[in-house]
Amino acid sequence: MGAALAGFGRFWYDFIVGDDWTVAAGVVAALVVTSWLARLRVPAWWLLPLAVAVLLLASVRRAAKGQR
Amino acid sequence: MHNVLLVLATFLASGVEMVEALTIVLAAGISRGWRSTFVGVAAATLALAVIVALCGPALTLVPIDALRLVVGALLLVFGLQWLRKAILRASGYVPLHDEDAAFRRELEAARVAGAPIRAGLDWYAFTLAFKGVLLEGLEVAFIVVTFGSTEGSLPLAVDGAAAALVLVAGVGVLVHRPLSTVPENAMKFAVGLMLTTFGTFWAAEGAGIDWPGGDGAILAVLAFFVATSCGFVALLRQQRGRGPAAAAERAGGR
Repeated sequence: MGAALAGFGRFWYDFIVGDDWTVAAGVVAALVVTSWLARLRVPAWWLLPLAVAVLLLASVRRAAKGQR
Repeated sequence: MHNVLLVLATFLASGVEMVEALTIVLAAGISRGWRSTFVGVAAATLALAVIVALCGPALTLVPIDALRLVVGALLLVFGLQWLRKAILRASGYVPLHDEDAAFRRELEAARVAGAPIRAGLDWYAFTLAFKGVLLEGLEVAFIVVTFGSTEGSLPLAVDGAAAALVLVAGVGVLVHRPLSTVPENAMKFAVGLMLTTFGTFWAAEGAGIDWPGGDGAILAVLAFFVATSCGFVALLRQQRGRGPAAAAERAGGR
């Protein structure tokens, strides 16, 4: 039962998060900051696209470095 | 425009996954026989339909802002996986997906496998077809459910996926071999861009921000991700050209 649950969890983790957990963690952090700024009525529409681009660049550079 | 992009995204994502599923189904059918393979395909299709039918309407019961935040974040993280792989493929760090090679591998594995018969079916063919269609289709179901529920337009998302199913299955029946000429990697790049764009737009809206220009901002976000992703590909290609592997290739060529 425990093994089946662990397998189920691992499947969904691989399915959604995949190879680089730091991207998922970074997206969550960026959304927390965006939400906080929105509550303070600070225009923060630019934050998430920028954070996504930075996270993506860091992730592909790390992966490329590992391939060399 | 919103709806056109939505249908296009589900069509492309479904098309890519169905091309991969078709390769597995063809390998199972050609090497092991079609009856058990078709039963496997039908069982997986039924399972996917149940998933969409249960999850789609259930998600519409959640308050719209919470739904946008959670579904947008999931779609964004999921889309970034596609985009990350597409960038690494386009820049040469990861080999391009080769449907012919995948077909040969599956065919060989199916030919050497034993012939277990259960419930009157060739269990290997059934399982191979079922798993292939279910696993590839799960990504399609995820995209259809998230796109459909967030926009309140599940029928549009289903239409996009259904159009891809008809096209890929129709061509597959006609040519009877893997669709290796489909520009699969370019399609994956486009899907990654669209999932990332919609995910960013909805997640940020769910977090409480107002996009300048309303729904029109989707096109600006898409253009931003297209430009940055192409820039990343160029940067990685440049780095690859200066790396030790490229230097070894140049030295070997002398």
